[in-house]
Amino acid sequence: MADARGTPLVELNNISIAFGGIQAVDDVSVDLYPGEVVGLLGHNGAGKSTLIKCLSGAYRMDKGEIRIKGQPVTINNPRDARSHHIETIYQTLALADNLDAAANLFLGRELVNALGMVDDAAMEAETRRIMGRLNPNFKKFNAPVSALSGGQRQSVAIARAVYFNAQILIMDEPTAALGPQETQMVAELIDELKRQNLGIFLIDHDIHQVKQLCDRAAVMKNGQLVGVVNVDEVSEDDLLGMIILGKTPEHLAA
Amino acid sequence: MAESTQAPAAAPRRNLIQSLEIDTRLLGMIGAFIIVALVFNVLTDGRFLTPRNIFNLTIQTVSVAIMATGMVFIIVTRHIDLSVGSLLATCSAVMAMLQTDWLVGGLLPLGHPALPWLAIAGGLCVGVAIGAFHGWLVGYLTIPAFIVTLGGLLVWRNVAWFLTNGQTIGPLDETFQAFGGISGTLGEQWSWIVGGLATLAALWGLWRSRRTKISHDFPVKPLWAEAVVAAIIAGGIMGFIWILNSYEIPGRVLEREFEARGEVLPEGFTAAYGLPISVLLLIAVAVVMTVVAQRTRLGRYIFATGGNPDAAELSGINTRLLTVKVFAVMGFLCALSAVVASARLSFHSNDIGTLDELRVIAAAVIGGTALSGGVGTIYGAILGALIMQSLQSGMAMVGVDAPYQNIVVGAVLVVAVFVDILYRRRTGD
Ligand SMILES: Nc1ncnc2c1ncn2[C@@H]1O[C@H](COP(=O)(O)OP(=O)(O)OP(=O)(O)O)[C@@H](O)[C@H]1O
Ligand SMILES: [Mg+2]
Repeated sequence: MADARGTPLVELNNISIAFGGIQAVDDVSVDLYPGEVVGLLGHNGAGKSTLIKCLSGAYRMDKGEIRIKGQPVTINNPRDARSHHIETIYQTLALADNLDAAANLFLGRELVNALGMVDDAAMEAETRRIMGRLNPNFKKFNAPVSALSGGQRQSVAIARAVYFNAQILIMDEPTAALGPQETQMVAELIDELKRQNLGIFLIDHDIHQVKQLCDRAAVMKNGQLVGVVNVDEVSEDDLLGMIILGKTPEHLAA
Repeated sequence: MAESTQAPAAAPRRNLIQSLEIDTRLLGMIGAFIIVALVFNVLTDGRFLTPRNIFNLTIQTVSVAIMATGMVFIIVTRHIDLSVGSLLATCSAVMAMLQTDWLVGGLLPLGHPALPWLAIAGGLCVGVAIGAFHGWLVGYLTIPAFIVTLGGLLVWRNVAWFLTNGQTIGPLDETFQAFGGISGTLGEQWSWIVGGLATLAALWGLWRSRRTKISHDFPVKPLWAEAVVAAIIAGGIMGFIWILNSYEIPGRVLEREFEARGEVLPEGFTAAYGLPISVLLLIAVAVVMTVVAQRTRLGRYIFATGGNPDAAELSGINTRLLTVKVFAVMGFLCALSAVVASARLSFHSNDIGTLDELRVIAAAVIGGTALSGGVGTIYGAILGALIMQSLQSGMAMVGVDAPYQNIVVGAVLVVAVFVDILYRRRTGD
């Protein structure tokens, strides 16, 4: 199926990174096509977050190659990743707790007026606009993020990732703190972004949700890639088996 | 995540302070200052709150207050600077040597009008360079700021000593001395003009922020509340100018001035000192630093980095370079304080700025800057410096011995921080 779609949006080839003695990611290769959602699955500490942090510029990989639309790129820091239209929702959310939602949403990309001064009013207005779409219940625009609930904070992080017209979206457990209604809204958002031809890496522990939202799933164990499968061709039990046993059932290898 | 409703029913009646949208922390600090002032006024039989003493208090506060605004940025980014007093001494030594020795002779004659300005420019450059160097050690070599500036505390104090061979350098240039306080004031008329302009600027700012809010359909406070705030600000500024203008130049000083010009003092002639240039400098620093903190990207990144360094880094902020900038700003402000401090003395002395690092840190902390980072205001630091100076001069006027003064100031610092912790716990921020 992959061949029919031309060049992948993102190719992660043979990525390795170690922390001290721990080989957190070991020779992992995954790709991502436009309009596709690839799920990353694995036990705690499997290396999922570390892998995507190499793409988002938070870490520098030891070995490997990243290609975007077929071109090899160097991503040394988060600024490089942003310049390639890669946006990330981190597992830790990466919010400055002392600032309000608008300041966090625009952090590093503030709207400025003619004098080069940050335009808080314009940023708040934009934030109200996008939050109205993502989470209409959200009202605390003038409180520091530390005063928000876990789910509200997550909404802010999601808003930040989708506001800037990303082409590649990385979501590290984006719904971990969300209630059922808000989770449903994120699912709808992912579908909508798919239709807009974004490529999305989605890390999620909820296998049911991965089956629903993703096109393919990559399973990792102890830093290594177990396999990549088309979710339509596997059962939830098959995925669970891959995560726990670390083996792709032979008839399923994609 | 059921959104907590903003509880409109529970609080149907907004109290006065809420309607005015005045920062309660600011109110608390002004309250503390007023209490200190009133207590000393009683203890000194009314000598504390005279125009003359208020004038002296403001010029004594300037040097520490200027540095305290920079210390806010340092502490907000989770660093500390123990070297500011020593850095002030080095900058002061450089400026004193430039105007009395290094530039004089071959290049320019003593008393040349360009001398003070070249000296100031040189001192500011040295301050920025040393500050940036500290920032580089902290940001890029990741040596803790506490260690870097503890080293700086010893190094720069003694570099200053070497530059001057341990001698007192003076008298400094007369134009230079105008930055010190009493020897450089605007006089009555110009003080009123400056006060008037400041009031207009403040009112314009209020009006603009209201208009911006309305244009984005954000809620605004009622017009009467806006008017009350405007009246308080205008009254505060003009009242301050009025007090300074009430401090009249003593008759014998005037007589001497007239004699120097070959004239005779007319009968009944009086003149007031008015706004000191050093205080004007502090106000300018306060305005610029507040704008930087609240309206520029640099300021936004400083607070973001203090709140969550990892998040700032992941948002593409170059936090290392930011550290260099923050320390460079501190160095610049130390140099500026060096101008004021040495000009006030009219000479450079070896012990200039000694223990200022503690006064500056105390001012910032009393002013509500949290050592855990991410929180702090410029006006708070300046008020903190003013409160500290009031305590110190007040006790001196009452005749408290120096050791007791230090005991009280130390205790006040600890109590102030405790009160701040209680305040934060209650307001939840
Ligand atoms: N900055 C770091 N320094 C040292 N070790 C790290 C660091 N980041 C991750 N590791 C290690 O790398 C391994 C992979 O961690 P990672 O965060 O990628 O796991 P994960 O698959 O995202 O797990 P989870 O599902 O719990 O989020 C773990 O053993 C972890 O301890
Ligand atoms: Mg993770």
